[in-house]
Amino acid sequence: MEELTIFLVIYGTLLGAFGAAAVLVWFERRLLGFWQDRLGPNRVGPFGIGLALADVIKLLAKEDWVPPFSDRLVFIFAPTAVVITMLLGFAVVPYTEHLFIADLNIGLLFFLGMTSLAVYSVLLGGLGSHNKYALLGGLRSAAQMVSYEVFMGLSLMGVVMISGSFSLVDIVKTQAENGWFVISQFFGFIVFLMAGIAESHRLPFDLPEAEHELVAGFHTEYSGMKFGLFMLGEYLSLILISSMITTIFFGGWLGPSFLPDLVLDFVPPIIWFFAKTGTCICFFILLRAAIPRPRYDQLMSFGWKLLLPLTLVNLLITGAVLLWL
Amino acid sequence: MIQLGLFYMAATITVVASLLAVTRYNASHALIYLIVSLLGSAIIFYVLGAPFAAVLEVLIYAGAIMVLFVFVIMMLNLGAAGVDNEHQWLQPRMWIIPSLLCLLLLAEILFLLNTSSHALSGTVVGPKVVGIELFGPYVLAVEIASMLLLAGLVGAYHLGRRYLLDMRGESL
Repeated sequence: MEELTIFLVIYGTLLGAFGAAAVLVWFERRLLGFWQDRLGPNRVGPFGIGLALADVIKLLAKEDWVPPFSDRLVFIFAPTAVVITMLLGFAVVPYTEHLFIADLNIGLLFFLGMTSLAVYSVLLGGLGSHNKYALLGGLRSAAQMVSYEVFMGLSLMGVVMISGSFSLVDIVKTQAENGWFVISQFFGFIVFLMAGIAESHRLPFDLPEAEHELVAGFHTEYSGMKFGLFMLGEYLSLILISSMITTIFFGGWLGPSFLPDLVLDFVPPIIWFFAKTGTCICFFILLRAAIPRPRYDQLMSFGWKLLLPLTLVNLLITGAVLLWL
Repeated sequence: MIQLGLFYMAATITVVASLLAVTRYNASHALIYLIVSLLGSAIIFYVLGAPFAAVLEVLIYAGAIMVLFVFVIMMLNLGAAGVDNEHQWLQPRMWIIPSLLCLLLLAEILFLLNTSSHALSGTVVGPKVVGIELFGPYVLAVEIASMLLLAGLVGAYHLGRRYLLDMRGESL
């Protein structure tokens, strides 16, 4: 029974993540259209939802061209890295108290490790393409992701200090007693949110592929399903970061405690988890619609001069409160 | 039993990847094999019951330091000229002395393994234990490491500052 559950969770996660990523392609464009007061894709099927399928067919049917001047081994390896690492990251996400693939005692670190490995995709894509734009995109992403990884890890340490564990299930259980961490670790949450956007290089922090200056950045030379894998990786990391924000800062599968007990008993925990994650994804898409892309040096100085001191002060205060109160 | 199989698989991958990393002519390929070898050793750590060390290996070595290595390779943009250079440098007779030294070390390890009888203990060392050890008995090592990092940081800051001044056409 136990093994069967884990088996089902693994395949459920796999299919769910792929399906959600495909639907997100359509959903994002539709939401952007809504927020920018235009129609968005509405031609294929009801509400245009067929676009998700049409996009997949298009990507699979396109010519998959490996440029002769590229470094073949590196070029082909690059797009797989982000998809593999992001899917591995889902292994530690607890959907409910008993529904997860693995509850590692280093769960949080495992997640950070997987996001830090995802950078190779962009990096090697830029390196293997032998293209100046791709190289510049890869360089930018290396600097951006290595920098924002620092704040991403540090911003979570306050949470780890309070809950006394790296295990994500324990972190959510602590929130059942102490209230959601978004209140007690508000600055940690802000920094993690920013670092999360930078790590998944979503707009407004998508400088590795800034179209107006770098053509398409690191994936300039990619076409067909290899390009599709990069897109898939981006959406997977968006979902992963959203579910991590839900788990770490918004109480995971817990319902909001101000609701009456009747509602909390009635709604199953997994619904709360997916509702929160979905809201988070919508927020990421809203950011894309609302904020212009910063300049590269602005991004770096924003990180090192504002976010790093903020996380350190947050850690200091959290430590002091835990020690003396 | 499964643990043993996992260990030997990871160990084989690590050794093969390390060998390939040393013998590649193309610097970027060598780096990829080095990353694979680091990931392999992370799995070895995990199998031996040190999950914290394993994840740090991935996070710090594979995820941060190797990224900077690739970064430098990209900046240099070696390409075909770099491969030619490596061909000149990596001549067969270069391998004689390093191989001899390695063989000596191998003999030493085999001798040690034969004489001592340390079996795989299989105890799992959790992150909490590592933390308590690091900030308890080994706090001096942590302090020294932090000083070293601070020195590096100050040095890097100094170099960066001078470079910026030169860019603006000012002098120190």
